[in-house]
Amino acid sequence: MRVRQPIGEELLLLAPATVLLILFLLLPFAMSIYLSFTDQRLVPNPVPTALVGFDNYRAILTDPAFWQAFRNTAYFALLVVPFQCALSLAIAVLLNSSFPLRSFFRSVAILPLMTPMTVVIVIWAAFYRIPDGLFNNIIKAFGASTYVDWLGSPVWAMPAIVLLSAWATFPFQMLLYLAGLQDIPHERYEAARIDGANGWQQFWAVTFPGLRNTNILILITTTIQAFKLFTQVDILTRGGPVGSTNTLVRYMIQQGYTSQLVGYGSAVAVIFVLIVGALAIFQRVVVKNE
Amino acid sequence: MNVVRLILGVLLALLVLGPLMMMISVSLNPDEAAINSILGTAKAFIPTALSTQNYQEVINDPYQPFVRYLFNTLFVTVCTVGLGVMVNSSAAFALAWGQGAYRKVYLAIIIAVFVIPGEGLLIPLILMMSRLGWLDTYQVQIVPFIASAFSVFLFYQFFSKLPAELIEAARIDGAHLPTIFLKIGLPLSKPVIATTAILGFLDMWNSYLWPSLVTRGVEFRPLSVAMAAFFSSQQSYWGNVTAFAVLMALPVIIVFLIFQRWFVASVVGSGVKG
Repeated sequence: MRVRQPIGEELLLLAPATVLLILFLLLPFAMSIYLSFTDQRLVPNPVPTALVGFDNYRAILTDPAFWQAFRNTAYFALLVVPFQCALSLAIAVLLNSSFPLRSFFRSVAILPLMTPMTVVIVIWAAFYRIPDGLFNNIIKAFGASTYVDWLGSPVWAMPAIVLLSAWATFPFQMLLYLAGLQDIPHERYEAARIDGANGWQQFWAVTFPGLRNTNILILITTTIQAFKLFTQVDILTRGGPVGSTNTLVRYMIQQGYTSQLVGYGSAVAVIFVLIVGALAIFQRVVVKNE
Repeated sequence: MNVVRLILGVLLALLVLGPLMMMISVSLNPDEAAINSILGTAKAFIPTALSTQNYQEVINDPYQPFVRYLFNTLFVTVCTVGLGVMVNSSAAFALAWGQGAYRKVYLAIIIAVFVIPGEGLLIPLILMMSRLGWLDTYQVQIVPFIASAFSVFLFYQFFSKLPAELIEAARIDGAHLPTIFLKIGLPLSKPVIATTAILGFLDMWNSYLWPSLVTRGVEFRPLSVAMAAFFSSQQSYWGNVTAFAVLMALPVIIVFLIFQRWFVASVVGSGVKG
């Protein structure tokens, strides 16, 4: 038997979240799109805000600083995604096998994800110190006669940020891989063993194909994370040297906030949402088709 | 084979614990000159002194009121996470057990807005906040982040799997939907509450970009922004900087050790669904 309930009560339960989501998610999203076609500034303009069509987009796409930020962000993703995924997969495979103290090592391996990013940044700044930080002392021990200005060199700054970021967030991918590994049926390994496959052959014949969906998921979420790079470069390098670590998010903040060009910054935000949103939709489509 | 794995495990532990050990051992050393001479060497990883002097300096620094920052972060985190659990779970319950025909569309919108990255909303949000006069307050760090489409979706998935008989029985007894939610739905949803609370706690505790844009002075500034400012102004005082860092990381690590099991489940859930 069905009992009718007054619709007002369910709307009451729904109202707080709905109002907040409209005000702080949908409205700013709509504003982003609208403002990107205007010359809105943060401080009210002396002349009223005007619609400027695609001027902001045209200006962004011809701004070398935008393309530099785009290239830097893509470069960061290109370096960090394969490195971090391979590292996380190797650690997950290790921690999925049985050996003494495994659960202790698992807990330890998650710790970087618990360490606030600003704290990780401070620790690694000490390692990258010039002229006698840990990394410089290591290369000195290998015979280098001078030091490397890790964070101050256009060549090394991004790889240095990559190493730090991989350390800080690898447990996220590792946990996803661990979950994926546990979904692979045991019988497949037994069958491979009966066929005489060694550990390495089992990995390529059973483990890696069994992780296909996990791999797609992790590759795309890691790429999306990489495109959001901001805190590390904002604190450690301020986007420098000579813009070599400036990222899309940082470029957006510089334009829309520091320079107070809200319309222009909104257009950058729209481009950013399009890139990240396309990756996220791609992920949904690919994963759903499995 | 076990020995090889054990060695690899120890290597992994060194790689993870090494940087954290360095932070702790430097923070316990009161002698800045000594720190500077050993910072890049193996000696920096093993405590050579056990002094709380750096911690006292950080906590008592009149220009960088650590306790104030800690309170700010705690207050903002607790309010956002607590209100978030209430607001998101009640909305999800209405979506799961309401009778309106709009619910399918609503849910589709919730799932669609997952793809919008928060960073893309910052510029118009700042404009809104400055028009509201909310810059440099607590509410500017709390209110925009209470509702979360992702949390609503997680709660919805959980509530929609509750047995229909349970809800119908309560209805027949004359209970109204809000009562059913409070008496049956909410108490049953502890695992989802834990998941969203843990993810929300981490997010808020670590959040840097937004508070760095909307807080000005020390009054409302959270730990993360203060840490960055402290680091750039005191870069050569590694003892104090690392003491600050330890004090900021400690609460998260304690929470992690208590809720480890739920934490692992929530990260996997967020990765798979988000």
